[in-house]
Amino acid sequence: MTITKRFWISLIFSIPMLIGMILMPFGIMVPGSEWIQFLLTTVVMGVAARPFMDSAWSSFKKHHSNMDTLVAIGTATAYIYSIYAMFTHQAVFFESAAFVVTFVLLGQVFEERMRNNASNAIEKLVDLQAKDAEVMRNGQLVRVPLSEIVAGDVIRVKPGQKIAVDGVITEGNSTVDESMVTGESMPVAKNIGDKVIGSTMNSNGTFMFKAEKVGSDTMLSQIVELVKKAQNSHAPIQNLTDKVSEIFVPLVLSLSILTFTVWYVFLGASVATALIFAVSVLVIACPCALGLATPTALMVGTGRGAKMGILIKNGEVLEDVNDVTTVVFDKTGTITKGKPEVTDIIGDEKQVLTIAAALEESSEHPLAAAILDKAQAEQIQAATVSNFQAIEGKGVSATINQQQAFVGNDKLLNEIKIDSELNKQMIRLQDEAKTVVFVGVDQRIVGLIAIQDAPKETSKEAIATLKARGLRTVMLTGDNERVAKAIAQDVGIDEVIADVLPGDKADHVEALQKAGKVAFVGDGINDAPALTMADVGIAMGSGTDIAIESGGIVLMKNDLRDVAKALELSKKTFNRIKLNLFWAFVYNVLGIPVAAGIFYTFGLTLSPELAGFAMAFSSLSVVTSSVLLNKAKISGDVKTA
Amino acid sequence: MARILVLLICLAMIGFIFWWFFGKHEVASATADVADNKQSVDVEVKGGYSPEVVTLKKGVPATLNFTRKDASSCLDRVVFSDFGINKELPQNEQQSIEIDTSKAGEYQWACGMDMFHGKVIVK
Repeated sequence: MTITKRFWISLIFSIPMLIGMILMPFGIMVPGSEWIQFLLTTVVMGVAARPFMDSAWSSFKKHHSNMDTLVAIGTATAYIYSIYAMFTHQAVFFESAAFVVTFVLLGQVFEERMRNNASNAIEKLVDLQAKDAEVMRNGQLVRVPLSEIVAGDVIRVKPGQKIAVDGVITEGNSTVDESMVTGESMPVAKNIGDKVIGSTMNSNGTFMFKAEKVGSDTMLSQIVELVKKAQNSHAPIQNLTDKVSEIFVPLVLSLSILTFTVWYVFLGASVATALIFAVSVLVIACPCALGLATPTALMVGTGRGAKMGILIKNGEVLEDVNDVTTVVFDKTGTITKGKPEVTDIIGDEKQVLTIAAALEESSEHPLAAAILDKAQAEQIQAATVSNFQAIEGKGVSATINQQQAFVGNDKLLNEIKIDSELNKQMIRLQDEAKTVVFVGVDQRIVGLIAIQDAPKETSKEAIATLKARGLRTVMLTGDNERVAKAIAQDVGIDEVIADVLPGDKADHVEALQKAGKVAFVGDGINDAPALTMADVGIAMGSGTDIAIESGGIVLMKNDLRDVAKALELSKKTFNRIKLNLFWAFVYNVLGIPVAAGIFYTFGLTLSPELAGFAMAFSSLSVVTSSVLLNKAKISGDVKTA
Repeated sequence: MARILVLLICLAMIGFIFWWFFGKHEVASATADVADNKQSVDVEVKGGYSPEVVTLKKGVPATLNFTRKDASSCLDRVVFSDFGINKELPQNEQQSIEIDTSKAGEYQWACGMDMFHGKVIVK
């Protein structure tokens, strides 16, 4: 029998007793009302409350106890005593047992609904997937179900259709609404060679794309997996409730017996009065509210984050965010676009580019890509190189035409001199926030290449928001100080730590941690140690897999403004957890003494029915408070908070 | 006299509660049988989990089959926080849960309200 059915049965059989109770003050007494009450309550106890007894008994046999133990013992005590009282012609309280069962079931009906609500967000994400797609098979387009699409398939997408899986456009172009995955509300233009994400919506164009990732490898599946893990993760604050819940029920049982003893033995109350107090204690105690406080808030908070393109990986991160005082940013790809472009070339343009392109061909550095792009645009043929060598944090060197050639940053200058004319040029370029790359042959610098990676349009606003919240902002970069400072000034960052070798980023984060908790925002492979070292690692979704793996929060939109939103959401979620726990504890800590009759002399007591109502309400209010987190205002762009 | 008797009975009951719930009692445990490079254990959900501790062999794909016989909504979900699994257990229906046994260790599982616990040991 479902909980809902049990509730209705319980309610229907309790209502006559409720009417009887209302009529009583008017002096209307139904004749033989005790027998009617007995029969009605027997039905409630036998049908609606039976599962409580079963569950309580089977846990008891295993030396466990749960909420059902309390409800079962509480209602059974009231019921059995009333039968005894009926035969000995004393006052009965059948209705207490019936009403408590009704209220507890009512609470559970709502709670079940709310809990399903809280966990639904993720299923909604999965529902976003396309059901089928037009796939090229044997030279013809055929419609195949999603599960039969394999990597390498070429798929056609028409306007208004959903993109089935992740892949790369091979033909045509369009704009795509990616909001369901990234949270980005603006449609994104896509051309040949651009990646498309499964489950996003194609808007106006028709295009063909080659499937790269299918099934559980798609971005959506990965996100779903991540969010699922987060939603069910254990927040450290829960360790407290874990301990409490283990001893909670037996303690309440003991307290209830103690209540009876004190009233009956020491205060000389009648058995009935003492029992009512004891039953109230059993019924008001609510271990469920304690147990539900954290998981439900975590579920709603992380689910809401996923919808905004902010993936919070676990409950631990939420707790740490609360104390973050410093936010450290990586520069390239985080504050800046991460797509550097060559802006100036000093020296013999052709010679400089030929050497640089040849050396950078096998490098994966983002600056290398800029140089290669430029060389390609200028149609320069790269020379063949040998003895290729990377100089960590400084650059690369190799042999070209029996000459030792090198490309690198100003750390190379410790070994190689630069003439004053080039030096002047270098300073000028660096003051313009451009990164200068040195190109040399045989220990002599032949030219400079200036590369600029402009800040993202939103970086400035993002930093301003964080600063308005009283956070200290720091930029950590491998770039030289002048460039770094110019960018920092542009976006409004307080402090700059420049010239950091890739391996040292984590050490700098550690040093900053001495002053308080640190959040690190980054995207590259070299950021992974810092992301792990920081109390809160925030990875850009466009970043490398290893960075995403290392971060505690992932920003799918790559929008720096989401840092503030992520911090705010985490804080709100954690505060909601604390609020829930507070309420759950208050219910029990205040409710139990009142139910035990401690405030009897002040006229403050709780009948078992009211206690049952309060108990049902406590779990319900905790779950409701969690679900309301969906409505909490998260506005990353509030300048003064 | 009656009151003193009641007092003694009450104290005895409290004593019993403490002994019964907090005393050391053996928990039902089980080790999975490995056959055809697969292992599985049936877990009955009724007022808790039996067995409560499941030992699995490392590296062998494992399935835990949960069957909820208890009507209590306390037990209507099973959560493995380490694996991100949160599965509904409809009453009297067997639900299979795949356990990743690639890493040795102890993994807790709990009911949806974190009141009842069980443990998987992979070794």
